Amino acid sequence: MSKAVLMQGNEAAVEGAIAAGMRVFAGYPITPSTEIAEQSSLRLPQVGGHFIQMEDEISSIAAVLGASAAGVKAMTATSGPGFSLMQENLGYGAMAEIPCVIVDVQRAGPSTGLPTSPAQGDYMQARWGTHGDHPVIALSPSSVLETYTLIIRAFNLSEKYRTPVIFLMDEIVGHMREGVELPRPETLRINRRKPSFHDGANKQCYFVPEGMYVPAMKPFGRGERYNITGLAHDEGGFPTNNTQVAGKLVSRLLAKVEDNADDIIRVEEYAMDDAETAVVCFGGTARAAMEAVLLARAEGRKVGMFRPITVWPFPEKQLKARLPQLKNILMAEHNHGQMLLEVQRTAGGSVPVAFLGKVDGTVITPAEILAKLQEMEV
Amino acid sequence: MPSDLIHQYMRIDHLPHIWCPGCGNGVIMRDVAVALDELINDPDTDFDRDNIVIVSGIGCSSRAAGYLDFNSIHTTHGRAIAFATGIKMANPKLHVVVLTGDGDCSAIGGNHLIHAARRNLGLTVICFNNDIYGMTGGQYSPTTPTGDKATTAPYGNLDRPFDIALLAAGAGASFAARGDVYHARETTAVIKQAMLHKGFALVDVYSVCPTYYGRKNKKGDAVEMLKWQRDNLIPLPRFNMMPPEEMAGKKAIGVLAENDFPEYSEEYQKLIDRFAAKGRK
Repeated sequence: MSKAVLMQGNEAAVEGAIAAGMRVFAGYPITPSTEIAEQSSLRLPQVGGHFIQMEDEISSIAAVLGASAAGVKAMTATSGPGFSLMQENLGYGAMAEIPCVIVDVQRAGPSTGLPTSPAQGDYMQARWGTHGDHPVIALSPSSVLETYTLIIRAFNLSEKYRTPVIFLMDEIVGHMREGVELPRPETLRINRRKPSFHDGANKQCYFVPEGMYVPAMKPFGRGERYNITGLAHDEGGFPTNNTQVAGKLVSRLLAKVEDNADDIIRVEEYAMDDAETAVVCFGGTARAAMEAVLLARAEGRKVGMFRPITVWPFPEKQLKARLPQLKNILMAEHNHGQMLLEVQRTAGGSVPVAFLGKVDGTVITPAEILAKLQEMEV
Repeated sequence: MPSDLIHQYMRIDHLPHIWCPGCGNGVIMRDVAVALDELINDPDTDFDRDNIVIVSGIGCSSRAAGYLDFNSIHTTHGRAIAFATGIKMANPKLHVVVLTGDGDCSAIGGNHLIHAARRNLGLTVICFNNDIYGMTGGQYSPTTPTGDKATTAPYGNLDRPFDIALLAAGAGASFAARGDVYHARETTAVIKQAMLHKGFALVDVYSVCPTYYGRKNKKGDAVEMLKWQRDNLIPLPRFNMMPPEEMAGKKAIGVLAENDFPEYSEEYQKLIDRFAAKGRK
């Protein structure tokens, strides 16, 4: 049995990332994510890795993408304002298929907003922040222990699908301290790159065999010279104006996430077996939702919790499977209604969707969720 | 032997390049290839085809990365130095060469330039400086001289220009130099020196853009513009011997700043080694 330790969510993110093989961290201080940079600067030299404090968030993600192209798993961490600055290069990572993990510890916005207060206002930014049609994988933890295990999964998915993965935390989970028992390293499953290209087509660096989605990645400096670009490119990695080649590339980028949604998506369902009302929530909001479900159940009401752990792509199929049994859905999130749009789209009018949101930097409480359920006459 | 050089170090399938007739960028790309060729063939250095990474941003200059047959990455506008920083930190054994332009590295990427100069991580930055945004059709850049015309300065440029080599030196670069297209041999030597320098090294190479800058400002064709470089950009030893009245309006080319500051990745390695030594105890 491993020893229990008291740990903050932000620290767990670093320890999990190191367990996943992260050996470069590049970042810029911003509340409430700064502890991730601090802990990385402390821990990385101890394990032979490199920490670098860059001059801004734009260069932070650029350095992370560079490090990953050179063969090292890399991560950056920020909050809303910095996440906005990272968006252009996030799209570059998606287009050039460079794996990395971007942690966004969300705070109350817009703009500088309430820097030390919790929010979940970057949900749509995570999906649509960068320009153009692009694939996105985003995961959101709701506890310190889950931060540790889920960030390992973020690295694994990033490597497997060769795309940046957004780790969408919030101030609640980032700054929450909990006693955790970390899993023993030998029990962890870690994806490692196979440093060679797929056979065939003259070993072109972006060659993808029929029936597969992801080109193999060989880091710079290991004997194959190739080109990476954010321009539309052919399988050799060179710029092209050929619209067929460009269309095929973007379609494949989108398909590698869409067609593999079952592999990528995870949800937590609590007390959902006989539930007639589902409280849908993600990240730190789940702490209040779980308590509210317990209190409602104690009063004999059939309420359950449906929590997307993979928040992008949205777990449409999993929520749809619950619709026939549901009379009501309550979406609770710390914003003005962002995941709400996905839930409404998925419910398609078949189940009414109520909403409980906050944009004042305060935390949604179990009592507020209960009151809302009463108002809905659940 | 230029033709051999092309076959050895350029991606023939991707030539001819996209640069306009008379553009100076091809000469700078050749200088880079010659410098790398000499280093690869020098048994006293560890340069080889596979440990060299070419990083570029966006703009006319940055297409060079795709033509050179090395590991190459064509990044986003202004961010080449930041990508290069990550590459070098991930694998300090790589020789990382950044090909950028005046707009790319001193406007949108100016912040990364000065901080990389200050940090002194071992990167070699070659700026293809043509005094204009060529790729977008001739807007004024941070190096366009005051009074000159551009598509966004139809009445003459009101801005004062940067001197990129002096900017880098002022920001603490341990190596800053200036070169040009006319003095190709001297510039190649300086580029090679920059690549051998331990720490951050920048060479600001004056290119010529007859298509946009030249035409807008009645500078004549490419040959005229090269003649201007011949007469006004003077190799340092000769420049230093010139009487002050002859120096007016002229600039020196060569190494302008050279210092032996600690190199960032080596300093970081010492930190890693300290923990590794502790672990062994």
